[in-house]
Amino acid sequence: MNSEPAKLENAPLAKPYELRPKALADGGQPGELLEISMGPQHPSTHGVFRMDVVLDGERVVKLKPVFGYLHRNHEKIGENTTYLGSMPYTDRLDYFCSLTSNWAYALAVEKLAGLQAPERAEYIRVITAELTRLQNHISLVGFLLQDMGASGTPLMYAFREREKILDLFESLTGARMMCNYMRFGGCRCDLPPGWLDQARQVVGEFPRFLDEFEALLSGNEILLSRTQGVGVLPPELAVNAGITGPMLRASGVNYDIRKVDKYGIYDRFGFRVPLGDHGDVYDRYMMRVLEMRESLKILEAALRDIPDGPIMDPKSKLRGFRPRAGEVYGRIESPKGELGFYLISDGSPKPCRYRVRPPSFINLTILEDMCLGHYVADAVIILGSVDIVMGEVDR
Amino acid sequence: MSVPLPGQGIVKGLVETARNFVGSYVEKDRLVTVQYPEERVPQAEAARNFPFLVYDGDDWQKGLRCVACQICEKECPPQCIYIVKDTARKPDHTGKLQFQPRLFEIDTSVCMSCQVCVEVCPFDAIKMDVEYELSTSDRFNSLLLRKAQLAKPNQYFHKIHPAEAAEVDARLGADKAKAEAKAAAATRPA
Repeated sequence: MNSEPAKLENAPLAKPYELRPKALADGGQPGELLEISMGPQHPSTHGVFRMDVVLDGERVVKLKPVFGYLHRNHEKIGENTTYLGSMPYTDRLDYFCSLTSNWAYALAVEKLAGLQAPERAEYIRVITAELTRLQNHISLVGFLLQDMGASGTPLMYAFREREKILDLFESLTGARMMCNYMRFGGCRCDLPPGWLDQARQVVGEFPRFLDEFEALLSGNEILLSRTQGVGVLPPELAVNAGITGPMLRASGVNYDIRKVDKYGIYDRFGFRVPLGDHGDVYDRYMMRVLEMRESLKILEAALRDIPDGPIMDPKSKLRGFRPRAGEVYGRIESPKGELGFYLISDGSPKPCRYRVRPPSFINLTILEDMCLGHYVADAVIILGSVDIVMGEVDR
Repeated sequence: MSVPLPGQGIVKGLVETARNFVGSYVEKDRLVTVQYPEERVPQAEAARNFPFLVYDGDDWQKGLRCVACQICEKECPPQCIYIVKDTARKPDHTGKLQFQPRLFEIDTSVCMSCQVCVEVCPFDAIKMDVEYELSTSDRFNSLLLRKAQLAKPNQYFHKIHPAEAAEVDARLGADKAKAEAKAAAATRPA
């Protein structure tokens, strides 16, 4: 009965860091290294992220991200609920962008079940996904600037605009963040009357706000010196590490799944993929701002061209949904990167395997390489520029 | 090439802050704060919080639309619904005898307001409520809603979601008319 304590005693201990560095080459005495645990309850670690940082003075010499504090068994729950039942759980992956998470999951199941969303539903998906991208990027930029010490002001301006987009989500889906809106083969409900005009107004006013927001800090000398040349991610390393999304494009790699896969109806919209030159924090910051401008172009076109018609594939059904046996991987360009769902079906109402490829988790694995040699205060803004949501990292 | 003056970017940013500060006195767009308990933002029609059970007529026990089919209990992703079927039956809106729930409980501390139960319900019996000031000092008992607390009249449904309620009423009315026509055809002598 008392075998458990014995097991704990025998468990291998984590290998301790070498806390005393070798003597300096010139014979001087080195300072002692300091190991600190940043997080999980640290205001600038964006949720409950913890990293073990080893500091030499103020320089980072080792950094180990520690995952799992917010682990909620998402994938196992997905294997124990019906296909429809997992849809509200995908909202809780990346709680900033529930609509893109919905879309990725719906896309995977649609591939599996051979469903096709009708024209109007595809337009609604593009509109909601691009609105999600706007509000994700604007709040990310706000948080990033707050991490740099611009406390409050940019974040409050960003949230003021985000609020307008969340109001749109609420009048469409009933919830501001946990939208649970997409369904296999379409969308849950049609747009309420007047929604398109409201959306056009929000989209029309957004560029003015974006100009103001850029005037606020983009040219700020303190910001430039804090961000330029900090946390450089070389393109080869980014590709090898599987980085996706704005972070990869900030390193100058032209890879946007909206262009590569042309899922949904993205081939109908003219938009450009902004690319960075240096891959530093400033490029990642500017990448978000530029992507918002491109999203606005997509939104304008989609809100202009949206046709009337049905919003659900007539073949899809809610109760007793059993896709045929097979395996499928559906992926989209979520605001944070490539969000993929890998499903194996055995023909039963529940998936046999349900796997999420979360962008922020994989983007975060490269943190140490970007932070080494920088000040600990820079580690915070490098982490901020990665754009993570712990709901998605730990699942 | 013109070299920007040092500090120019900072001044530009401060001008922006000043524009927002002064603007908040004159522009509605720049002062968006709502003083919550005194002022309230009107809720969207699609707003949803926790589910409730709809009943027709005046007597909530007789008029409950739920027929205890337990589909919502099975489909509920966090499994917060608990139903026990009653052995006694009661007529539904078309006059057909149906089961009824003896117990119908929703644990709102578990419910995640996803409205899957509403979508899968074939009888339009469960709908989403919009009430949001629900804090209690009791963590367990007051958050577990019983059948009596969940049952709300159809008029209330009309008040919170007018468009959806009208649609549901039209559908149920058509069912009823069809059932009555069928019954009339059956009783008429051949």
